[in-house]
Amino acid sequence: MTELRMRDALREALREEMIRDSRIFLLGEDIGAYGGSYAVTKGLLEEFGEERVKDTPIAESGIVGVGIGAAMAGLRPMVELMTINFSFLALEQIVNSAAKLHYMSNGQIRVPLVIRMASGGGSPLAATHSHSLEGLYAHFPGLNVVCPSNAADAKGLLKRAFRDENTTIFIEHTAIYGVKGEVPDDPDFVVEFGKANILRAGSDVTIVGYSGSVHQALRAATLLEQDGIEAEVIDLRTLRPLDMGTVIASVKKTNRAVIVEDDWKFGGFGGELSAQIMEQAFDWLDAPVARVSGKDVPMPYNRNLEFAALPSEEDVVEAVLAMM
Amino acid sequence: MATEVTMPQMGADMTEGTLVKWLKAVGDQVDRGEVIAEIETDKATVELEAFESGVLKKLVVQEGETVPVGQVIALLGAADEQVDAEPERQPPAETPARRGHGDASASARQNAATTTAQREQAPPAAPETEQMHVNITPGQAGGSPDGMPGDEGRVRVSPVARRIAMDAGLDLSRLKGTGPDGRILRKDVEAAISGKLPVTEPQPAARPAAEPARATVPATGAQPLSRMRQAIARRMSQSKQTAPHYYLTLDIDMTAAMAFRGQLNASASEEQRVSVNDLIVKACALALERHPKFNAEFSDAGLTMHEEINIDIGIALDEGLIAPAILGCKGKTLGQIARESKDLVARAKSGALRAEEYSAGTFTITNLGAYGVETLIGIINPPQAAILGVGSVMPRPAAREGQVVVRDLMKVALSADHRVTDGAEGARFIKEIQGLLENPVSLAL
Repeated sequence: MTELRMRDALREALREEMIRDSRIFLLGEDIGAYGGSYAVTKGLLEEFGEERVKDTPIAESGIVGVGIGAAMAGLRPMVELMTINFSFLALEQIVNSAAKLHYMSNGQIRVPLVIRMASGGGSPLAATHSHSLEGLYAHFPGLNVVCPSNAADAKGLLKRAFRDENTTIFIEHTAIYGVKGEVPDDPDFVVEFGKANILRAGSDVTIVGYSGSVHQALRAATLLEQDGIEAEVIDLRTLRPLDMGTVIASVKKTNRAVIVEDDWKFGGFGGELSAQIMEQAFDWLDAPVARVSGKDVPMPYNRNLEFAALPSEEDVVEAVLAMM
Repeated sequence: MATEVTMPQMGADMTEGTLVKWLKAVGDQVDRGEVIAEIETDKATVELEAFESGVLKKLVVQEGETVPVGQVIALLGAADEQVDAEPERQPPAETPARRGHGDASASARQNAATTTAQREQAPPAAPETEQMHVNITPGQAGGSPDGMPGDEGRVRVSPVARRIAMDAGLDLSRLKGTGPDGRILRKDVEAAISGKLPVTEPQPAARPAAEPARATVPATGAQPLSRMRQAIARRMSQSKQTAPHYYLTLDIDMTAAMAFRGQLNASASEEQRVSVNDLIVKACALALERHPKFNAEFSDAGLTMHEEINIDIGIALDEGLIAPAILGCKGKTLGQIARESKDLVARAKSGALRAEEYSAGTFTITNLGAYGVETLIGIINPPQAAILGVGSVMPRPAAREGQVVVRDLMKVALSADHRVTDGAEGARFIKEIQGLLENPVSLAL
C-alpha cells in the first residue's frame, strides 16, 4: 500500500497498464508536454514517448472518433477530454458510435475505448464548465460509466476499464483529485465493475452517493452519529453496470434511503435510483426516498452562490432528520 | 443538576395519567422510594415514588391535570440549587427538531445551518436535566396533521409498517405514529406487536352520512366511555385481533378440594380463610412452573419465558373490571396466596393498587363462580399466553365406577394463544391443574 492522491493513483494505473499492454496509447488535449490539465498524465510522455502519448488539437469529436477507430482496429486507446463539459462536442461519436457499433454490427465490432473526463463543480468555473453528467452517460445502454470517489478505487477501476471490451466513460471529480488514500501496489489490483462499496455500516438510513457526493454522505453520517442515527453509506462506484443488489439489501435493513448527487434533481440519476428502490423495496420503506441534489439552476459563478447550489452534508442531515 | 420527574408509564397501554394529589410540597426533602404523588390512570389510582432523592424544587403539573406519559411533572434538585428555567410542558423529544426538505429554495443553506444549531441544542427540554424514565413520545396529533382537506381520518403508514402490521393482523387505525406528520413507522408497529405503546385511545367511529333509518329505535345518544371502559375495549379487541385463541374445557371434581378447604377454614380466622379461587391460584402456580410456555409472552422476535409467575385475578368493580396480579406466586404457600388475594381485592376496590400489580401479570384467572355461572370462556389478557376461565362449583351428577353419583363439579376453560402453544400442550396443562385440584393435599405443600 502507498498513500497517493487520486491524480497520482490514476497515473499509476495508466503507467501499469501501458507497461502491461503495448496496445494502450493516450490521446488528448495537453496530456503530453503539459502533463494534463489536472496533471494526471504528467511524465508519461517522457516515459513512453510520442508514439503512445499524443497531444491533439482542440477537436473533441475528432479525438474521440480517432479513438473509436483505433479501438475498432485492435488498439486500446485512452482519450482524455480534459473536462466533461467538452464531451458535449463528442456526444455524437460517443452515443452513436462508441455505444452502438457492437450492437449495430451484430457483434462483429468491438470498441474497447477508455474516455476520461474531469467533472463537477466547486472550482469555480461558472455554468458552462461545472457540469455533473454521470447520469447523462448512464442513460445510454452500451457504455460503462465509472465514477470513483477515492484514490484506490480510481486506480482499480481505471485498470479494470482497460481490460473491458466496451467503451468506458471514466469520470473524475475535480474536487477530489488531491484527496489522498491508501492504494494497493499490486499491478494486478483491479476493482470490478458493478460492485458498490459499503463505506460505513449503519442501521437507520441508507445514504447512496457516487463520485464526489460520497464525501458529503460520509460527513453527514458523522454528523448524524451525534444524533444517535446510524447511517449506512454506499458508494456506487459504477453507474453502468449498477449494483442495485447492495442498495436494496441495505434499504431492506434500514427502511430509509437518501440519494446524494451533485447533478440536478430533475431527470437526474437519483431519480433512477429512487424509482428502482421503490420498485424493488416498496414494502420495506418507512419513508419516501429522498434526493439531495444540485439546485435546479445553471451553476452560479459567484463562489457563495455556487456552494449554495451544490448539495452539502447539512442538506443530507436535514433530509435524513425529515424522514425519521 | 435538577432531576426531572415525569409522568410514569404504569402498564403497557397507559398513554396519559391524571395527577390526583401532590403528597409533597415545594421545598420538602424527598428520599428515593418515598411516595410523592397519587396518579390516576384509566385503571386505578397509584402512588408515584421518587426514583432519586432530593429537594422538591418545582411542581410543574397541578392537581387535577391530565398529562401524557413522559411529560415532566416536577423537578427535584439539591437544597441550594436554583431551578429557574421553566421546564418544557412537552414530553421530552425523542428525536431532534424536524424540518422539511431544503428543496431548491435560495435559503436552503441557511435553513440547514439552523437545523445544525437546533441539533446541537437537542434535546430541547431542559438540557441541564437527566431523564428518570425511558419515555415514549406520544407522537403527533392524529387526524389531520397538516390540515389538508380530505385528510380526515386517513392513517399515514409507511409501506414497511403496513406490511408488518398486515402479517401480524394488527389494526393500524388504533396505532399512533411517531414519524413525520404522525406516520406510523416500522418501530411503532413492532412496539405495538410486542405489547408496548403507542396505541391511541379508540376514536369513536364516524357515523356514515347515509346510515339507514335507525332512528326508529328510541335512543338516548352515545354515552361517553369511561377511561376504564376504553381500556377494556382496547385491550380485549387487541387480544382477539392479534392472538388466535383455542379453547379447552373440562370438569374438575372439586369434592375433595371442598372438603380440604372446609378443614383448613374450620379453625381459621377471617383473615386466614382460603377461598376456592385461592386453591385454583395455587394449582395454576404449580402447573405453570411445570408448563412454562403458558407463562410466556409472544412477539415477532420470539417467545419470552417469564422468570416470575404473577397471576392476575379478575375482579369485578362497579365501573368495570380489573385484573391485578398476585406477584411472585412461585413458592408462595396457599396461606400467603389467600392473605394476599384478600388484600389485593380490598385495594382494587379502594383504588390503591401499585403499578406493578396491574402491569406485571404473566397469567390470568377469571372466576365467575360466585355468580352461579357454569362455564366462562375468557379472552386472553395481552400480552399473556393464556387465561383460565372458572365457573361455579355445583353439585352435579357424575359417572363413577359405573354408578351415577353426585359430586361437586367445576367447569374450567383454558383459552390459550395458538401462536405460543398447541392444543395437546394445553391439554397437558389443564389436566395438570385438574390433577392438582382433585388431589388437594399437594396444594398444601
